[in-house]
This record gives sequence, structure tokens and C-alpha cells, in this order.
Amino acid sequence: MPSRSFLLKVLSSAIVFGAWEIAGRIPVSYAFPTFLESMQALVALTLDGTLFAAYAETLRPLVLGVLISSFLGIALGLWIGLSARFDWLFSPIFIVMQAAPLAALIPLLVMAYGIGLTSKVFVVCIMAMPVIVLNTAGAVRNTPSSLKEMARAFLGSRRDVILKVILPAASPIIFSGLRLGISAGFIGAILSELKITPTGVGDIITYSRSIADYPSMYAAIFSIILLAVLFLNLLEKIELHLFRGNNRGYVTD
Amino acid sequence: MSQISLASRQAAKPAAEIAVRTRDVSKNYGSVEALKKLSLDFPRGQLTSLLGPSGCGKTTLLKIIAGLIPPTSGEVEVNGKTVTGPGPDRAFVFQDFALLPWATVLRNVAFGLELRGVAQSEREDIAAKYIRDVGLAGFETSYPHQLSGGMRQRVGLARALSVDAEVLLMDEPFSAVDEQTRRKFQEDLLTLVANENKTFIFVTHSIEEAVYVSDQIAILLPRPSRVSEVIRPTGIREKGTENIRRDPEYLDTVDRIWASLRSYVE
Amino acid sequence: MKLFGHRLPDMSSLILWGLLWEIVGRLGVTFFIPPLSAVFVTLIEIIGTPAFLKALGETAYAFSVGVLAAVVIGVPTGIMMGKSRLLDELLLPWVNIFLSAPLTALVPVLMVLFGFGMKSIIITTALFAIWIIILNARAGVMQINRSLVEMARCFGASPLDAFAKVYFWAALPEILSGVRIGVIRAVKGVIIGQLLISIVGFGALFELYSANFLMTHFWAVLIVLFAMAFSISELLAYLERRVSYYAAKR
Repeated sequence: MPSRSFLLKVLSSAIVFGAWEIAGRIPVSYAFPTFLESMQALVALTLDGTLFAAYAETLRPLVLGVLISSFLGIALGLWIGLSARFDWLFSPIFIVMQAAPLAALIPLLVMAYGIGLTSKVFVVCIMAMPVIVLNTAGAVRNTPSSLKEMARAFLGSRRDVILKVILPAASPIIFSGLRLGISAGFIGAILSELKITPTGVGDIITYSRSIADYPSMYAAIFSIILLAVLFLNLLEKIELHLFRGNNRGYVTD
Repeated sequence: MSQISLASRQAAKPAAEIAVRTRDVSKNYGSVEALKKLSLDFPRGQLTSLLGPSGCGKTTLLKIIAGLIPPTSGEVEVNGKTVTGPGPDRAFVFQDFALLPWATVLRNVAFGLELRGVAQSEREDIAAKYIRDVGLAGFETSYPHQLSGGMRQRVGLARALSVDAEVLLMDEPFSAVDEQTRRKFQEDLLTLVANENKTFIFVTHSIEEAVYVSDQIAILLPRPSRVSEVIRPTGIREKGTENIRRDPEYLDTVDRIWASLRSYVE
Repeated sequence: MKLFGHRLPDMSSLILWGLLWEIVGRLGVTFFIPPLSAVFVTLIEIIGTPAFLKALGETAYAFSVGVLAAVVIGVPTGIMMGKSRLLDELLLPWVNIFLSAPLTALVPVLMVLFGFGMKSIIITTALFAIWIIILNARAGVMQINRSLVEMARCFGASPLDAFAKVYFWAALPEILSGVRIGVIRAVKGVIIGQLLISIVGFGALFELYSANFLMTHFWAVLIVLFAMAFSISELLAYLERRVSYYAAKR
């Protein structure tokens, strides 16, 4: 017997996709294909391999950018969190970056680095980095002081305190920073494909729009959103599994 | 402190030997005087309580003894050596337990030894022994969040015991556990003091607790913190753990301390 | 951080970075980084020009309509989700999906449905902002202390009274923090919308400047944008702190 929440999820999807189908049949707009047409197009794109080729293209700047921003971001965040001086020096930049619409830098990046992979990786990096840096720095700064004192009282060296107390204590928040960074990276990757040069999934979207093949366009958009959501959910599951109980166990809970 | 009578349950032992001594310790935070010229002796093998209202600097003093915070002036000696930082001769039990939430009970208890570079199998053997001693056998692979407050503090205690330090510094260790657990802890603590030849320094704000567990009680008064009185309950301990609370001297001492502290309570 | 015993203000290091920028610009390291002073001169020149004011006006309009729509739809939806379990279970998966989905991908759909204009940009803005507003309003309602709800009932509050005098205020810190994050996302949304539909607002200006390699103009507009975005987010954070004094003590 499936649970109530599962049934409601099915019902909820049925309502939304049903509404999409009906709206497509009316149709509300010449550019609004039905749900079934879009799914057919999705199957077609998958079967003839177009979709796989497109994702190979799209995921390259995304993966590269996310990897670079993770390494750089965590290192920088750790540094900022541990040293008041670097906090003063670097934090403001990332705070401004966090609030600012960094997408506006894209035309500049294109002028500086052309329309190739470099620009796209850059876009992913500037979108993903701030949240990774700020989360890491905040988590490191907010390590419970009694844990740090404990490690010192039991003769932990500076290195021990960082490796055995601060980093593990901060890792749940660092990880969720990574997840948010990847989420922003997805936005950046798609934005750069739509704005800089149409490649990969962005190419399918742009091309099918230009030839008015709306089902294919919707299918491509559907697939990228689905991919992003599934991947981010997976990360969240991993996060829950890895850090179960990690934030509990203090006296204040 | 020389005028204090030395008769106590330790009368059999040569009780006068001093394990920890603070000399004119002062601590200022900016313009705030947290501690002012505080001098106090802690006899070896005994339990000394630091008792006083909140904000009287008891925890500050304890952390200075631990070497976690430096005094503004004055010094602390442990076995005649001046304290410059945390050392292997002292172990700390924290008010909020300070357990690593991501580590099992076994690793938490062994953590002090881990930081000292003891090999894994050796430190886990030692930790397992102390886990049994504090009555947590069977919980070695549990995580802190799966334990009750009382059990968590037993982990904290086992961690402090397993490094085998001479001096045990306890910062209101029982304040975050419920009343029944607390009483059990107090009884266990008396057994511990009797069996292990360690020096205990115990911070508390509970008068009853201080009188119940202490060989020597230093009453601290706030702003700036100073020792107003050192009381040595005599003749309570022979009565046995279950009779202490009915003992007239116990009750008188509690009353006397309350009389001297009540004017400092807002 | 402290220097000679004085605490340096939090964002003061930006002055240092500004100086570094000026030096790099003066050295002529790259064409893309003109001296900061030159950028400011240009900034003052263009700030009163009709083209700039038009871009600013269009952006502000799209932004405020989008945010307003997101708040007006999002807050009640969130509150209703917090109160009704059925509605919550039906809507929550979708809210979560759109919260983490790369919404940029939807802009082309909006373009074909609503045209290359203001309407699409407004909807983009609202789409970026609304999900977190819903989620936070829901969380705010759900965490209301049970004893507060029971207190309202004990003292005979009518449902409407309880709602207006207790629930709304009890959930306000969360609602406001949702609005703050939503607004920050909306700023990004409005710019992304304009970049992709680059015939209105700053999007058009960016096209113009980058086509003509007007670097100082470009940076001047960027600085204005970043400064405004930052001010908005700080202002909202300040407002939030003013309410959050009781958030911790409910």
C-alpha cells in the first residue's frame, strides 16, 4: 500500500502535467505545446542521441567551473574563517558578489575571453563561488568554542584543532554551500549557453525556437531542469545521510 | 588560608601538600575586572569547589588554571611549575560536554589520547576501560545525540579520566543534567575522589552540591572576583554518602554559606 | 579586524581594493580594466543622461512589479501551506523543485509566450523571487509555538483575530527573511532577464557599450548596479534585524 505522501505526490504531478496538457490543447498560445507532445519530443531527442551529445557539451563548463570554485572557494573560506585579517580583507568582496547580479559581467567576460569554454567556465565560477566561500568561512568562524577549547585543553596542536575539530564541525555547512554553489552553477552554465554561444542544451533550445519546433524546445528545458533538480536532490540526500545527528548532541538541543 | 583547620577525612593522609596554587591572579577584560589578585591553594588528592553566584569568575579562574586563557597578571603553579598553556597534568570536564557530534563514544573518549599521539589500538583499549568504569559499556559505537544528557557527561568524564591527568578541572559538570542523575553523579564523584589519587577542582553554583562533594570550598564573591572565605567541612564524609544530607554539620554549613551569599543575589 | 587598537569598519577593505583597481588601471595592464577614477568620472557623466535614466526606470519598474507580485502571491500561499496539510503536500514538491531549478532555462519559454519585452522580464523577476518567499512564510507559520496558539484560543481569540494579532506577527521574522532573500534573487532575475531579452533596460545599455568597447561606461553601470543591489540587501537585512529581536525568544 503506497503511503499517503506518495499518492499525493502522484496526484500533484497529475494535476500539474494535466493542466499543462489541457493548456496545450486549447491552446493558450501557438508556442505552447502539450505535455505529451513535449514528452514525445524528449523521447525522440534521447533516442537519436542528440540529448547525450548536448549534455556532454553543457556539462563540461559546469563540471570544470564547479570543481574550480569548490577547491578555491573552500580554501579561501577556510582562510577567511581562521584569520581575522583575511576576513576583513576578502569578506566584503564576496558579500558584495553574493548580493550583486553577477550575470551582468557576462558581456565583459565575452569581450575579455571570447566566446569559448573559458568564458563559460568563468561564468559558472563567479556564480558558484560566493556562496561556497561565505558558507565555509561562516561555518569555520562559528565552530562551537567549547569544542575548540576542549581540543586545546587536551593538548591538540593548531593543526589538530583545524583538521579534527573545525573542519568536521564545519563540514555540514560547507557541504550545503557546495550544493547551493552547484545550483548557482547550473544557472550560470545555462545562462552562458543562451547568452554567449548556443552550444549543448542551449543550442537545442535556441535552434528549436528559431525553427518553431516548440515541443523540442520545451523538452530540452524540461530535461535540464529535471537533471538539475534530481542531482541537487541527490546531493541533499547524501548530505542528510552523511551528517545525520551532526548538529545535534550539544547541550542546547 | 593557613588559618583553616586541616582536619578532614584526609587527616590520615599528609593533606598539606599543595598540587595547584594560584598567586595573585587577575584577569581584566578591557576595563572590566573579572578576577582581582586571587590567591588560592588546592591540596593534592582532594576536591576543592569554587562556589559563588553567577558572574563571579569561577569559570574564568578554572580556564586560567587549565591554561585556556592567560591571566592578565599573577600566575598559576601546578606541582610547582608555572602554567603557560594547557598541559598533560590537567584534564577538563566541560559544562556543555564538548563532545564531537560526528564521533562515536569510543572515539570521543579516546580523543584526548588521540591528540597526544597514542596509537589507535592502545588508546581504544584505554578508552574502553574508562567507558566501562563510568558505566557506559555497550554504548561504544553510539553517537552523542543518541545519549541522554547524563550519559553524555559520563562520556566527557571518561575522556578526562582516560588521559590520566593528576588534576581534574570540572566546570559545572552536572548543571546540564537532571536532578536525579545529578545526585547519582555526586555520589559517584565521591567514590572517584576516594579511589583515585587525583586533585579535583570543581566549579558549581549549587551550595548543596559544593558542601556534599567538597573537602574544601572556596567562596568567590563577584565584581571583582575575590575569595571571601574558605570552608573545610569536617566530619561529614565519615557518615557515608547516603547520610550526609541528614548530617547537622552539612545542614549548618549550607545555611552558613547561604547566609553569606544571599546579599549578593539580585 | 583591529589596527593600532582601533576597530576597522567592516567593509573598509573595499577602499583598499578600489586603490588596487586604480593602480592596475593606471598601469594599463589590460584594456578591460580602466582606472577606477576614470570610471567614476564617466559614472557622473552618464548618470543624468536620458539613456541611463530610461534603463534605470525600466529596470526599477520591472523589479518592483515582479517583487510585488511575488510577495502578494507568495506570502499568502506560504501561510496557507503552513496551515493546510493537504495543500502543503500538493504544493511543496513543486516549490522545492523551482527553488533549486535553474530558472534561466525558462526564460526562452517566457520569451516565446510573452514576447521580447517588459512582461517577460517582470515574470522572470517574480519567478526568481517567489519560491523562497513561499517556503519561508510556510516555515514561519509552521514553527509558531504551540503554546502561543493555545494561548490565543484560551483567551478567546476569533480565528481572524488570532491570525492578525498572533500568527502573522509570530511568523513575521521568517516571512521577512524570505522576502529579503527573494529580493536579492529578484535583482539577479531582473538582470538575467534583461541580458537574455536585451532590448530593454540595462540589457540594452550593456549591448550598446560592449559593441562599442566603452569600458568605462560598462564598469560605471556595473558599479551602479552592484551598489544598488548591495544597498537593497543591506537595507532589508537591517529591517530584518529590527524584528528578529524577538525571533529568538518566542
